[in-house]
Amino acid sequence: MEALVAILIGTLAGCGVYLALRSRTFPVVLGLTFLSYAVNLFLLVMGRLTIGKPPIIVEGVADYADPLPQALVLTAIVISFAMTAFVIVLSLKAHLEMGNDHVDGKHKP
Amino acid sequence: MNLSLVALIPFAGAIFVASISRLGRLHAAWGAGFVTLLALAILYPMIADVFSGQIIIQRFSWIPVRGLDVVFRLDGLGLLFSLMILGIGLLIILYARYYLSERDDMGRFFAYLLMFMGSMLGIVISENIIQLLIFWELTSLSSFLLISYWQHRQESRSGARMALAVTGGGGLALLGGFLLLGEICNSYDLSVILISGDSIRAHALYLPMLILVLLGAFTKSAQFPFHFWLPNAMAAPTPVSAYLHSATMVKAGVFLLARLFPALSGTSEWFWLVSMTGLITLLVAAYIAMFKHDLKGLLAYSTISHLGLITLLFGMGTPLAAVAGVFHIINHAIFKASLFMAAGIIDHEAGTRDMRRLRGLWKFMPHTALLAMVAAASMAGVPLFNGFLSKEMFFAETLHHTHQPWGWLMPAAATLAGIFAVAYSLRFIHTVFFNGEPVDLPKTPHEPPRWMKVPVEILVALCLLVGMLPALTVEPILAVAAAGVLQDSVPEHDLAIWHGFNPALWMSVIALCGGILIYLVRRPLSAWYEKIGDRLEFRALYNYMLDQLFKIARYITHLLNAHSLQQMLFVFMLFILALGVTGFIDNASALTGDRARLPIDGVSILVTLILIIAAIGVVVLHRQRLVALILMGVVGLGVSLVFIKFSAPDLALTQLSVEVVTIVLMLLALYFLPQFSPQESGNHIRSRDALVATAAGLGVSLLVWAILTRPYHSIADYFLNNSVPGGGGTNVVNVILVDFRGYDTLGEITVLALAGLGVYAMLHQLKLSGSEQDNQGRIWDRDLHPVIMASFARLLLPLALLVSMYILLRGHNLPGGGFIAGLITAVALIMQYLANGVAWAHARLSVNMHHVIGAGIFIAVLTGVASWLFDHPFLTSTFSHLHWPIIGEFELASAMIFDLGVYLVVVGTTLLILIYLGLVHKESHLTNVRKRIR
Repeated sequence: MEALVAILIGTLAGCGVYLALRSRTFPVVLGLTFLSYAVNLFLLVMGRLTIGKPPIIVEGVADYADPLPQALVLTAIVISFAMTAFVIVLSLKAHLEMGNDHVDGKHKP
Repeated sequence: MNLSLVALIPFAGAIFVASISRLGRLHAAWGAGFVTLLALAILYPMIADVFSGQIIIQRFSWIPVRGLDVVFRLDGLGLLFSLMILGIGLLIILYARYYLSERDDMGRFFAYLLMFMGSMLGIVISENIIQLLIFWELTSLSSFLLISYWQHRQESRSGARMALAVTGGGGLALLGGFLLLGEICNSYDLSVILISGDSIRAHALYLPMLILVLLGAFTKSAQFPFHFWLPNAMAAPTPVSAYLHSATMVKAGVFLLARLFPALSGTSEWFWLVSMTGLITLLVAAYIAMFKHDLKGLLAYSTISHLGLITLLFGMGTPLAAVAGVFHIINHAIFKASLFMAAGIIDHEAGTRDMRRLRGLWKFMPHTALLAMVAAASMAGVPLFNGFLSKEMFFAETLHHTHQPWGWLMPAAATLAGIFAVAYSLRFIHTVFFNGEPVDLPKTPHEPPRWMKVPVEILVALCLLVGMLPALTVEPILAVAAAGVLQDSVPEHDLAIWHGFNPALWMSVIALCGGILIYLVRRPLSAWYEKIGDRLEFRALYNYMLDQLFKIARYITHLLNAHSLQQMLFVFMLFILALGVTGFIDNASALTGDRARLPIDGVSILVTLILIIAAIGVVVLHRQRLVALILMGVVGLGVSLVFIKFSAPDLALTQLSVEVVTIVLMLLALYFLPQFSPQESGNHIRSRDALVATAAGLGVSLLVWAILTRPYHSIADYFLNNSVPGGGGTNVVNVILVDFRGYDTLGEITVLALAGLGVYAMLHQLKLSGSEQDNQGRIWDRDLHPVIMASFARLLLPLALLVSMYILLRGHNLPGGGFIAGLITAVALIMQYLANGVAWAHARLSVNMHHVIGAGIFIAVLTGVASWLFDHPFLTSTFSHLHWPIIGEFELASAMIFDLGVYLVVVGTTLLILIYLGLVHKESHLTNVRKRIR
């Protein structure tokens, strides 16, 4: 299972990097979203993989998944949403003001 | 007795006057006067204690771990300076009220002035030297604002920048000096530093520390060769010059010399560095002052010269010289403030400060002329005026070193400087008020308004009173202040006008006669000066250095900045990759650890495959943006499945709802963006990027593998064990968010709110017409809101809200909580907007989302503050169990109220962003809709 997770996170990160290097804003925003998927998953599995042991206290059960990365990632998801919103609106505004959606704001259509 | 308030009230007052100035032009002046009087009133009861020999110390804990406290200290020296800063400040406020014209913003002026006053007071009543330095830097900053008050003038801006660069640079040196001093003494408190003079002077780091501290003091007090900023700061309004260059700003430097006198003085290094700097400054500045044609320029150089005199006195290192230094600080503040104000009156009423045009003003403003004459006589050191007394003490002190070789140099130089001072004082009076008729003045001069002269009259009266009755007037405060400087008993000194025919008197006589003589031959002298020019032009050097600095900065920027985000991102990624590779290479241990691995099941393989295919699909099809976006939604939903697989139900719920909102958001934005990306990068670039991306992905994979196969220790046990007994909730993730780490969450919802407001700021003025057709030329469906979708959305709303409430309430014990519930509510409401249109939804949901966000943060903060009422730290939570009829046992936790705040912020921010993105479309809002949501 560890290998599967490693491949998955690596793929997401790789896709994110490739898209972030594109020349137009929209793919770059997609790339950033991919990177945040990858980073969120990466942070979660820092607590190692645990299946079927959610950190919800039940009497008599002693073994739980690590709640700390989960708490970190939960807010990270919401914040990355806010960041995505900000960046996409920024790219919209840049597109309007410069007449193109090139990341370097080049003045050509 | 609250000493700290003396320094802090002006800062609060700055905000106060800035806000009341909107009510009327003069309110700011009255407000500033009131604030200054208030500070004086707070200081007043402490005066008697200081006179009885007490040192008042007030201490607040700041960073106890590092042993840092905020400590205020009032002794004689601090008291003298506080009284000067507040007293002269009050006169300046009165004067400025008449000086500033209709066009000048009074609120801004007095706010800056009060900020400056507070900073100065902070310097003189600080006990902790780091705290002193903070106030020191604040004076640099607030004086920058004051000097550049007339922002539209180029010389104001450059003068202010020069002052800031020089004094700020000195502040940096001073920081180094203070850190060394603190390390030498093992304490940053003046009480300790002032009594450990012997160990400081014996320490190996004494000389570097001394040089750094002196750099701070000399730049502030405009000592040679850092003097050039002061004349350029004359671009400030005259009240500012009168304040900064008489009693405050420049006096901060000599204050520091006086303050640290017992700790640092008494070595030959101190003697040579301080007294020689003082001596050169005294002579050079007095010499230049004689030839300045600008009234304020003359006064500026004379200020530098007098500061040199004070520095020289402290440099001599004898207790009596220090007493003379303090005395001259008082006298200089009095006569220089009045002279600056008189120069301001002349400038104000005659329209120029050029002494080649100002002549014979006696006829037009005899009263002002009289006042200026008294002050100038004091500056020249004429008997019966206060300047004479301290200058004679100074002359007497210079004679102590005559037994040494070259010892005659100091009295000779002092006499020469005295001659120059008499000459420029005489020039100030004779040229301006007599000497023929005025030349081509812009205005016909006349006496200023009555009250504009009052501050000058008060100061001039002080010049005379101190000058004639020193023992009755100035002696008590001088003795107390000198005791504060020396931290010891004050040596015998006799403040009298007549000491008999001693050498000092003869030096005064020579100075007076010589000065008159020089003035008589001023024409040939001046011609000679014009010919050789100002050889000591350090401003040019400063400008040259500044230009070079800019050039270097520009070069480095050019070197690093490729002017292309794409290229820079590539370099950035490459750099991260290099860092990662180095990390792998350096590590010799095996890639695979020895943690037991989990078995793979078929469903997992399937989900992973789908995810990978979708992700690669996005990359391959990214130029068809809509398709890419849909595929990205698949990835997002897949990620939430991964979360649920690995025991993170809260994350799965969050990811699920965020994904919905994100896709809606991106769709909205995409509507206004091009639907396709052009093929821009060539094969070469794309394969290069693909290589980097593959390497990055591979690196991340290997890293994850290496980590996951290794055992680890977590601090999770603490949270798992304390969640129920300490936080009262069984959902540990939620308890961490709202309880253990509530402070972090408070920060995070603030960030969220700020992002929402940022989006609002970019969008709220925007109106666009979207395209009529889709990317393949098909006209959009005219039926904007299909009935079936609209009806279902309406039916779903109460259900969705019910679910979100349930999720919110159970969050403390089961998966859920404010973040998730907020997102669900937002999705439910956004569905109404999508299905029924903005106008329809607004008519029914006329809530201002800014208010919702504000209320959310307010509730969250209030929950934190509430724990103060019970003497607990910020955001301490409590909980109890209630037994409600029918419902049964129900748990109430204060953290749940905090969670409500989180909920509101999430709902508000999400809706704000999406609604405003929707409103960008022209057709989506009728004119009255926008008004309603404001």
